[in-house]
Amino acid sequence: MNNRYELNKNLAQMLKGGVIMDVTTAEQARIAQEAGACAVMALERIPADIRSAGGVSRMSDPKMIKTIQAAVSIPVMAKVRIGHFAEAQILEAIEIDYIDESEVLSPADDTYHIDKRHFSVPFVCGAKDLGEALRRISEGASMIRTKGEPGTGDVVQAVRHMRLINQQIRTIQNTRTDELYQIAKDLQIPYDLVKSVFETGKLPVVNFAAGGIATPADAALMMQLGAEGVFVGSGIFKSGNPAKRAHSIVKAVTNFNDAKLLAELSEDLGEAMVGINEQEIELLMAQRGI
Amino acid sequence: MTKKIGVLAVQGAFYEHIRTLEKCGVQCIEIRKKSDLTALPLDGLVLPGGESTVMGKLMGELELLEPIRALIEEGLPVLGTCAGLILLAKEIAADPVVHLGTMAIVARRNAYGRQLGSFQTIAEFTGGRKIPMVFIRAPFIDAVSADVEILAQVDGHIVAARQNNMVVTAFHPELTDDLTVHYYFLTLVDKALQKKKNLHRLTAIQVSDCR
Repeated sequence: MNNRYELNKNLAQMLKGGVIMDVTTAEQARIAQEAGACAVMALERIPADIRSAGGVSRMSDPKMIKTIQAAVSIPVMAKVRIGHFAEAQILEAIEIDYIDESEVLSPADDTYHIDKRHFSVPFVCGAKDLGEALRRISEGASMIRTKGEPGTGDVVQAVRHMRLINQQIRTIQNTRTDELYQIAKDLQIPYDLVKSVFETGKLPVVNFAAGGIATPADAALMMQLGAEGVFVGSGIFKSGNPAKRAHSIVKAVTNFNDAKLLAELSEDLGEAMVGINEQEIELLMAQRGI
Repeated sequence: MTKKIGVLAVQGAFYEHIRTLEKCGVQCIEIRKKSDLTALPLDGLVLPGGESTVMGKLMGELELLEPIRALIEEGLPVLGTCAGLILLAKEIAADPVVHLGTMAIVARRNAYGRQLGSFQTIAEFTGGRKIPMVFIRAPFIDAVSADVEILAQVDGHIVAARQNNMVVTAFHPELTDDLTVHYYFLTLVDKALQKKKNLHRLTAIQVSDCR
């Protein structure tokens, strides 16, 4: 791929060890930046509200995204529906820093994802397993995140996805080279990407955790499981004291191995997002776009 | 003896610097909290790329800002790339914030605009050598004081500079395979070590003279 793709992967490298926060207003974006977010995701409704409101969920109003771009100096990301390349063209026109082709919004195409190689702006995509992750990378994604289950405050699915992706990477590393072709076939991905995982023991792009992260402990858990940073969606602005919680999660991501500090960070955070358990939800967003 | 270089590891692309420095044969120490600065005597320090607002904030809260400033003022060689440049700048254009503020330069954040403005080029780095330079939502240097040496310019803007023990680049040498900038930084580290050794010798001579 071209030089632009390298530059886009490089931006994701700069976000590592950081927290990307969902925000719906310029005011929230400022709170997020002030708390130490390394980027913000501009959207009209956070996943928990999308979930309770139901109906079709689409790309945000470009005007609202622009007010957030004007309010902060850190990178601004925004979501498009899976397969909706026209929404992506619009976001590229307003010079968004990263597009999230996201299962949180209603999918626009139930077969094809966006051909992300045709864009100059970078894309991040969700994945439940290694096959999904490498298929998105093959389409041009320059960053991957776990799908988790957005808007639930339940971290179980993000854990499952992160563990699975890393287990599959370890399996590939322990495979004989002449068996890699069959893995490419099984996972429905190009052989070159399998070979890259075999040689490096990691995804060729940065991998963040997302979906259901609500506490500093959740963030530390995901980092210890191998995430290179975290997205926090509903977890912050659905909680009792968003600024303080955001702050604590940022520090937890930096010092994810320091249990003593994590204990201090977990104190007195006010009410956490109520959350719903995965068994209680009817709509599994993670099943969208595989 | 193997040189020991601290790499600020609160956020950003610190691993890329560690990988590059290890290629140059030095030992790296991740700096995440105050005690990491003193666990081993450091011969140099790297402030990597990332988000300067986040790194500055975390340095303050993790009580790293003051001790790092003191080390730099005592003469510890430091390399700041991209966000690291912003952390070291005495002034940030159109922004009242100052982080370490030890280097007499004016930095302009996001000087090339958003991600669509990110680019790669090949340009001359001090000494005539042309090296690849990767700029990611990068700053550049608006102005420098008289004792700052300009190490590289791209399109008329200063993108690398040195003042005494401080080297900064607006681009990311750690994202390419070229080791020029890191070796340049390590020669500063060598000089500082030599100076320290001479100073020790001098003190030893003075002490023996007194006897």
